Amino acid sequence: MKQPEPVQVIKQRRDAALAQLASGVPYISFLGVQFERRGDELTSILPYAEKLVGNPILPALHGGAVGAFLEIAAQIELAWSIYWPQFEAGATGPNAMPKTIDFTIDYLRTGLPRDAYARAVVNRSGRRFASVHVEAWQDNRRKLFAQATGHFLMPPNDDGR
Amino acid sequence: MSEKKAKLAKQFIAAIPYSRALDIRIDDVFSGEAVLSLPYNPQFVGDVESGVLHGGVVTALLDTAMGTAVVSHPQSMGGTATIDLRIDYMRGATPGQRITARAECFRVTRSVAFVRATAHDEREDPVATAAGAFTVEGAKQ
Repeated sequence: MKQPEPVQVIKQRRDAALAQLASGVPYISFLGVQFERRGDELTSILPYAEKLVGNPILPALHGGAVGAFLEIAAQIELAWSIYWPQFEAGATGPNAMPKTIDFTIDYLRTGLPRDAYARAVVNRSGRRFASVHVEAWQDNRRKLFAQATGHFLMPPNDDGR
Repeated sequence: MSEKKAKLAKQFIAAIPYSRALDIRIDDVFSGEAVLSLPYNPQFVGDVESGVLHGGVVTALLDTAMGTAVVSHPQSMGGTATIDLRIDYMRGATPGQRITARAECFRVTRSVAFVRATAHDEREDPVATAAGAFTVEGAKQ
C-alpha cells in the first residue's frame, strides 16, 4: 500500500504554491497583503501601515486601499480554487490570474487604523465566468467593515479554451 | 469654483497618505468635477506576465477622483466617505502609460452625492468606469 505523504511535505508544497500565486501580483506586496492557510481555506490579512490611510484626521483607511484588499482577497481565493487540483497533483506555475470584470464594494464602517482580515467565497465558477463574494472585518468577525462582490473572467485552460 | 476651494481640494489630496503612496496628482478640479492621474509603476502591476496595472490601483484612483469631485462641490462643506462603489473594468491599462480619471457629481442631495467616473490611459477607449455613492458633510440646509 502506498504511504501517505508526510505532513511537512504537503504543507510545504501548498505554502509554496500559494506564495508563487501571490508573487505573480506585485501589487500584493506593495500593499503588504499576506495570506494564512488552513487546508484549502484562505484568510487574507492587510497589516496596518501609515500609507494606507485615506483620512488622516479620523484616521481611517483609504477606500481605494480597502477596495484593492478585497479585490486581491477575491482574486487569490478564486485562483487558489481553480489551481488547487493542479497543486495537489504536484504541478507548479506560472498560473494565469482570473481577470476582474466588475467589482462592487459596500463600505459598511470606517476602516480603523489597524489590521484587516478578509475571506472570500466563490459562489459560482463556470468555464468562462466566476462570481466571488468577499467579507472583511477588523476587531470583530461579526462586524464587517466592508464587503464586495465581483465577477471575473476565468483564465484560459491548458487546452487553450 | 473659487480659488480657495480649488486650493482646499489640492490640500485634501496632498494630505492623504494613500494618494501620496500611489503618486496621485490633481490635474484639474471644478465645482463637483475632478481630473486626477497617476503614473505607471511596476510595483502597481497586477499580472507580471502582461505588466498590466492591478484593478485595485485603478479603483484607488477612481475613488480618490470621485471623493475630490464631492468635496469640490458647492454643497459640500467638509470631507467625504465612500458608501459604495462599483467599478467596471473594460480592458487592461496599457503598460507604461499614465492613467487619468475624470469624476463628476451626477446629483448631490443633503446627505448623499451620486458620482460617476471614467478612467483612461493614452488610448481613446476607457480602461474602467465607476459609479458610487458618497457622503456629503455639512451641506447647506
